[in-house]
Amino acid sequence: MKKTLIATAFLALGAQAQLAHADLTVAIAGPMTGQYASAGDQIRRGAEMAITDINAKGGVLGQKLKLEVGDDACDPKQAVSVANTMVNKKVVFMHGHWCSSSTIPASEVYVEADIPMATVSTNPQVTERGLKNIFRIMGRDDQQGLVAGGYIADKFKGKKVAVLDDKSAYGKGLADEMAKAMTAKGLKPTLRESITAGEKDYSGIVTKLKQAGVEVLAYGGYHTEVALILRQAQQAGLKLTVMGGDTMTNSELVTAAGANADNVMFTFSPDPRKNPDAAPVVKRFRDAKVEPEGYVMYAYAAMQLFAEAAPQAKSTKFADLEKAMRGGTFKTVIGDLSFDAKGDQKKPGFVVYQWKGGQYDYAAK
Amino acid sequence: MAYALQQLINGLTLGAVYGLIAIGYTMVYGIIGMINFAHGDIFMVSAFIAVTAFTLLAAFDITSLPLALTAVLITAIFFTSAYGWAVERMAYRPLRGSTRLAPLISAIGMSIFLQNMVQLTQGARVKPIPPVIEGGIELWRTADFTVQVSWTQIMIVLVTVVLMVAFTWLITQTAFGRQQRACEQDSTMTALLGINVDRTISATFMLGAALAAVAGVMVTVYYGVVDFFIGFVAGIKAFTAAVLGGIGSLPGAMLGGLIIGLIEAFWAAYLSPEYKDVATFAILILVLMFRPSGLLGRPEVEKV
Repeated sequence: MKKTLIATAFLALGAQAQLAHADLTVAIAGPMTGQYASAGDQIRRGAEMAITDINAKGGVLGQKLKLEVGDDACDPKQAVSVANTMVNKKVVFMHGHWCSSSTIPASEVYVEADIPMATVSTNPQVTERGLKNIFRIMGRDDQQGLVAGGYIADKFKGKKVAVLDDKSAYGKGLADEMAKAMTAKGLKPTLRESITAGEKDYSGIVTKLKQAGVEVLAYGGYHTEVALILRQAQQAGLKLTVMGGDTMTNSELVTAAGANADNVMFTFSPDPRKNPDAAPVVKRFRDAKVEPEGYVMYAYAAMQLFAEAAPQAKSTKFADLEKAMRGGTFKTVIGDLSFDAKGDQKKPGFVVYQWKGGQYDYAAK
Repeated sequence: MAYALQQLINGLTLGAVYGLIAIGYTMVYGIIGMINFAHGDIFMVSAFIAVTAFTLLAAFDITSLPLALTAVLITAIFFTSAYGWAVERMAYRPLRGSTRLAPLISAIGMSIFLQNMVQLTQGARVKPIPPVIEGGIELWRTADFTVQVSWTQIMIVLVTVVLMVAFTWLITQTAFGRQQRACEQDSTMTALLGINVDRTISATFMLGAALAAVAGVMVTVYYGVVDFFIGFVAGIKAFTAAVLGGIGSLPGAMLGGLIIGLIEAFWAAYLSPEYKDVATFAILILVLMFRPSGLLGRPEVEKV
C-alpha cells in the first residue's frame, strides 16, 4: 500500500514536471537530401537560428520551441509521408515545403490535421485551392513572371528570346507566366521548350538556341541546370543572358557557372539582408559562419511569424492561430508580413537582380 | 546541315560517356548475371575523386595539363577500383549462391548508401572545377552557324575508342579474358579447373569501376560540375544502353550508348527536347520487342 502511494506520488510529480516542460513542436520540411539539398540546408539553418533566438527570449506562450526536420527530397510522394509523420508528432506549426510540387500534396494532409503552414513555394496553385491553413511568405510565380517578363520585354526589345522550363510545377508555371507577360508587351518568344532537370548534358538544347540566334533565355527552373546550360553555351561559343526566378539566389550558381553567372538575372523579393531592421540577425548568422542568403532569412521569418501570432491568438489552436495570422501584421526579418484571404502575402514586391562578380544586386532599371 | 553536324558531335560525345559506363553494367552481368545498380554511383564517386584530385593539384601549383590529367586519371582509377572491389566484397560476395533477387536488392542498397555517404561527407552542394581544357576547333563556318568541336569532346571520343579496343583485346585475347569468359559460361566447372572464380569476379568489378572512373574524369572535365546525384541519371541511361545493345555484350554496350546519345541529341534538335527520354525508351521497347536479347546480345540458351 505504502509502495503504491509513493509510486503514485512519483508519477504525479513526473506528470507535473512534464507539463511544465512540455515543448511546442514546430517543424520545417524541404529537400534536406537529394538534388536541391542546398536549399533545405538554408531552411534548416534559418529555422534553427530562429528557434534558438526565440527560446532565448523565453519561448512562445511560456513554452520552449522544439524543431522537427522533415526531408521530402522534393519528391511529392515523400512529402506526403513527411506530412503524416509531422501530424503524428503533433506539430503546431509548419514551415515548408520548398518545392511547389511537394507543398501542394503535403498541404492537403496538414489542412486535415489543422496545422497552419508558412511556405515559400511560389506556384499559384499553392494558395488557389481555398485551403485555410496556408500562408505564403514569398510572392507568386504569376507576379514573379509578370515582373521578369515585363523586364525582358522592356530591356531586350528586338532581341531573340527563348523561354525554357524544366517541367517542374515551379519551373513551368514561372516560364508560362514570363512568356505571357513578354507577349503582352509585344515581345514574342522565338522558342518555347522544356528540358529534363537532373541531367548533365544540355548541349542539344544549347545548339538549338545557337541555331535560332537566341541571345536572351527566360528560364523557369532551378539554378543547377542554369549553371550547366551557361557553361555548355560558353563552350559552344554562344553568349546568353538568362532571366530566372527566385531559385537563382543560390550562390551555388556562381560556384558552378563561374564567370558566366554574371549574365544571370532573376526576380526575388527585396533582399532581406538589406533590410536595416534585420541587421542584428544578419550579423548573428555571419558570426555563425552562415551567409543568410536565399531562404535562410525566410525560414527565420516563418518562425518569427509563429512566435508573434501565437501570443496574439493566446493559444496554439488552429482556429485561433489562423484568425490571428490572417488578421495581423507581423514584424519579421523579411519585413512586415500580412496576408490576404487566400493566404498570399499582401505586398509581395518582386525586384530584378543581377549577379556580378559573385554577388547579386538590384539590376539596372 | 551545319546544325545537324554539330548535333552529331554532341550526340557522339554523350554516347561515348554512356557507353563507357554501360560496359561496367554489361561486364558484371556477363560474369555473374546480376545488374549492379551501384555502378552509377561508383561513377559518381569517381567524379568526386577527380574533383578532389584536381583541387589538390591546383593547390600544389601543378598546372601542366597533360601531367595533371594523367595524375587525376590514375588517382581516380586507383581509388574507384578500390571502391568497386569493396562493393563486391561487402555487398555481393556474401550473397553469392542465394536467390537471384538478393544481390539485386543489396545493389540498390549499396547505391543508396554511396549516394548518402557522398552527400554527408562532401555536402549536398555541387562541386565545380574551373574549366580545365578550353577552346576547340572551328570545323565549318556557314553564314548563320559555326560548327565547333571542343578539345574535351575530341578527348572523350578518342579515349573511348582506345579503351574499347583495349578491352576487346583483353577479353578476347588474354588469359584473364579466357578465365572471365569461362566463369561466365559455367562458374562451377571453371572452379574445378583450378581458376579462382572469386578473384576473377573481383577483377571484373575493378575493371568495370576503372572504366567508370575514366568516364567520371571525362564528365568532370567536360561539364565542370559534379554532385552526389549524377550517378542516378547516368546509371539509368547507361543501363538502358547496355540492355539496348544486348546486356553481356561489350560492343553492344558501346553501340547502345552511341545510339542513345544520338537519339537524344537529334530528338532534342529536331523535335522537342521535352520528349527525348520518351523517344529513347520507346526505341528501347521496340528493340526489345523484336530482339529480346538486345541488338548484339546472344539469346540465352537454357541448359538442360
